[in-house]
Amino acid sequence: MSLVARHLEANSIPTLVIGSALDIVEHCGVARYLYSDLPLGNPCGKPYDHDMQLSIISQAIALFCSATAPNTTERAPYSWSDENNWRDDYAKVDDSNSEELARRGEERRRLQSEQRAGGIERAAMVADG
Amino acid sequence: MAEVYDVPYMERTRDYYRAQGYSTDYVWANNTDTPFAPLKKPMSESRVGVVTTSMPDTAIGRAQRCIYSTLIPPIPQSMYTEDLSWHQAVTHTDDVNSYIPLEQLMILENEGDIGSLAPRFHSVPTEYSQRNTIENDAPEILNRLREDQVDVVILVPL
Repeated sequence: MSLVARHLEANSIPTLVIGSALDIVEHCGVARYLYSDLPLGNPCGKPYDHDMQLSIISQAIALFCSATAPNTTERAPYSWSDENNWRDDYAKVDDSNSEELARRGEERRRLQSEQRAGGIERAAMVADG
Repeated sequence: MAEVYDVPYMERTRDYYRAQGYSTDYVWANNTDTPFAPLKKPMSESRVGVVTTSMPDTAIGRAQRCIYSTLIPPIPQSMYTEDLSWHQAVTHTDDVNSYIPLEQLMILENEGDIGSLAPRFHSVPTEYSQRNTIENDAPEILNRLREDQVDVVILVPL
């Protein structure tokens, strides 16, 4: 997605990315980035929390005006909950799931091989932003 | 209480795929220079376009990952997100407003904070192939946004 934003910027359209993967977006480099420190899936705010969602988008609109240089990152002032275990949980690899992951990898490669044989060549990317 | 830190998604993803037996690490896009387009008019006069990585929750949207454009209103009740990497153990994507800011932008349009919301939003697939994104998807999204006559664009990856 960051690559699309860069293409739009290069063609004179101002952009802003709202996302929850700080390292990935900053590694790519975008003009304006509103970082939402929430689990991947809800960068615009917690589900059904309309006040948080409106506040985040209002911040994004303000950031369009205040950013004067590329690679401008601002944080949204929200957290998921008082519990932060979700941070350790994402894509966790340990003794409890290593065998299952190895098996899943085999299955995924088999499926991808079938898809290629069937003419499907576009593979989904992992965490994007 | 657990520590608060920015989740290192590149490192986590690398380790996760290695554990699945993949021998070649994904190389994330990395740039030293970043293009920057200044605003041409105040936000209160600007038309805002929206791009999402979710696909339409339709038979074709679920089956085929490609660029789609969806007319609004109405705001879709759901989008297809099953192919994407998001934190399924702790959250869900049942509330479209939590990852596509259409309702919020309609409110801000009514309040005069933005000029208008574009008449449609666009879905772009996340891609393993950066070349596909750069050579095919990004130019097509640009074309469609120009047709919409947008002044600025908000892009929201899940």
